[in-house]
Amino acid sequence: MSLTPDMRRGFYRTMVKSRHFDDSMIALYWVGKTPIFAFGKGPLPGELHCSNGAEPVGAGVCAALSADDMITADHRPHHVAVARGVDFPRMCAELLGKEPGLSHGKGGHMHIYDPKVNFASSGIIAEGMAPAAGMALARRLQKKPGIAVAFIGEGAANQGAFHETLNIVGVMKLPFIVVVQDNEWGVSTSKAESTAIARNSDRASAYGMAGEYVESNDADDIYHAAARAVARARAGEGGTILELKTARLVGHFMGDQQGYIPPEKAQVDPLPLYRAKLIAEGVLTEDSAAAIEAEAKAEVDAAMQFAKDAPYPAPQDAYNHVFA
Amino acid sequence: MSNRILTMSRAGREALDWEMERRDEIFCLGEDVYNFGGIFGTMDGFGAKYGPERVINTPISETGFIGMAAGAAMAGMHPVIDLAYIDFIGVCYNVLLNTASKTHYMSGGNVKVPMTLLIGTGGGYNNAAQHSQCLHATVAHIPGAKVVYPSNAYDAKGMLHSALRDENFVIFLTHKGTAGVGWMGTPIKTTMNEVPVDDYTVPFGKVAIPRDGSDVSLVSLGMGVHESLKAAEELAKDGISAQVVDLRSLVPLDREGLLSAVSKTGRLVVVDEDYLSYGVSGEVIASIVEMDATVLKKSPRRVCMPDIPIPYSRVMEEAILPTAGRIADAARSLM
Repeated sequence: MSLTPDMRRGFYRTMVKSRHFDDSMIALYWVGKTPIFAFGKGPLPGELHCSNGAEPVGAGVCAALSADDMITADHRPHHVAVARGVDFPRMCAELLGKEPGLSHGKGGHMHIYDPKVNFASSGIIAEGMAPAAGMALARRLQKKPGIAVAFIGEGAANQGAFHETLNIVGVMKLPFIVVVQDNEWGVSTSKAESTAIARNSDRASAYGMAGEYVESNDADDIYHAAARAVARARAGEGGTILELKTARLVGHFMGDQQGYIPPEKAQVDPLPLYRAKLIAEGVLTEDSAAAIEAEAKAEVDAAMQFAKDAPYPAPQDAYNHVFA
Repeated sequence: MSNRILTMSRAGREALDWEMERRDEIFCLGEDVYNFGGIFGTMDGFGAKYGPERVINTPISETGFIGMAAGAAMAGMHPVIDLAYIDFIGVCYNVLLNTASKTHYMSGGNVKVPMTLLIGTGGGYNNAAQHSQCLHATVAHIPGAKVVYPSNAYDAKGMLHSALRDENFVIFLTHKGTAGVGWMGTPIKTTMNEVPVDDYTVPFGKVAIPRDGSDVSLVSLGMGVHESLKAAEELAKDGISAQVVDLRSLVPLDREGLLSAVSKTGRLVVVDEDYLSYGVSGEVIASIVEMDATVLKKSPRRVCMPDIPIPYSRVMEEAILPTAGRIADAARSLM
């Protein structure tokens, strides 16, 4: 499917929504945590890994998927969840540990599950690889349409689970895509320091599948590459390693000052670039861009208000849901 | 030079630094050890001091680099590995279960695996089910691995010296809340104590009694020791004299020391932030009962994490942690 102006305006809206969501969470995260920074304090406790800079990945890839497709995301799941259409007010409530949250406050930001849109995530690196392949297998066994997509960071491509899963996917020609989000940093370790080759997509040949690297952090380019991978998967041609050059603008987690990133490696914010591009191409005007931004922000603010107003779970709710 | 008051993290760092300066076979490896100095600061500044040959930043490949550490240990080195969170042992468990802990035995004592695995444990800061577990029973269940769990700075330094001079695979656990690292907030006072400048060892397999008492024994480890000390303060207000026993070492476990301590009070509360079932609390009680059940005046009590994954939301996590109030209640119920 080729891109329409409406789709591209939609990409921009999704990205702005995701960004404003992360920025809102960041602002809330710091409440109560200073002057001595403490993970466990404030209305938004624990670790927080924000997606600022990676929004084009969520927007571009998810636009190429259908409702039947299944997704596993990682510890940095917000941009994918927003783009996939995870129940947004309930996702906000989950991050605040509230009862109406997607997981009734049991999961938190690394563990977002919304089965209505076939979305799951895990806080363990590369943990989503094999389950996603299993989802792809299930779709085949069920004779249902649908492929599976695992979103990971480039650091996760050095886990055993990555290689073992891809070999099985290659053997079974499963309808599977691993989206490797190359933001160049696994916490404080650079890709050059951790990965023996420059592009994980080059590893595809070792597993009998396709590999593609997208150099730009641009939703249009990402969409086109994802659509090609999806088409291969749906046609029974097997898996794809789709590696996307993206950005991690606000550190591994909140509190990471990124002192290890040299100035010449400072990363570029993709949102203003995409905005300028759409305006230059006549897809947006200043006014229409501003209107999209206002609308997306209003949606986020309303969901945040819902989350803030929502009740906490009862302490005894901790004992629910251990077994089905 | 006089002794200083240190956090556990700084005390452990001193021991590792001292040993690295003197012994070339010791080297560090793990994720983020070079730039970050390990997630709990045990290797803070070591990258600059010892260089990339001895402080090796690894890819996120635990099966690979912890397996390599085992191999390097078999070949005559003593690796010190930082695994950050014990929740991540799933990705390298085979090496722990089948190589590092069993090689010495399987080789009839001919091959040694001297390596030290540093791991952070525990919750209490709302980091949810995959970053808040204790799981020390999961690793202590494997024969052939020593498992230690200091709860204060003095023990952390002395036990890390012991670990680095040990010819075995030692799993060295620290509860994140006790480490005294900045992002966990203000350090807990009772974790910080006087630490000699010089090197010294604290032997494995000896319980400590940070507070003596005559009415009830609160047996614990890690963060539980500090919650038990708080509980003992509360109990003192009711006229109950609580003894606090710090296990310090799970393998070897000082069963004789435990029995001797519990004999003094006859009442036992075991406090453990690990899951209740099949864990340390059961082991402690079984050990006492096996050795001499007659020392107990009452059936023992356990204050542990219930057998449920750890919830994210603060209200729910607070409801299940073994806190001082719950420990004190359990102790009172035995009076």
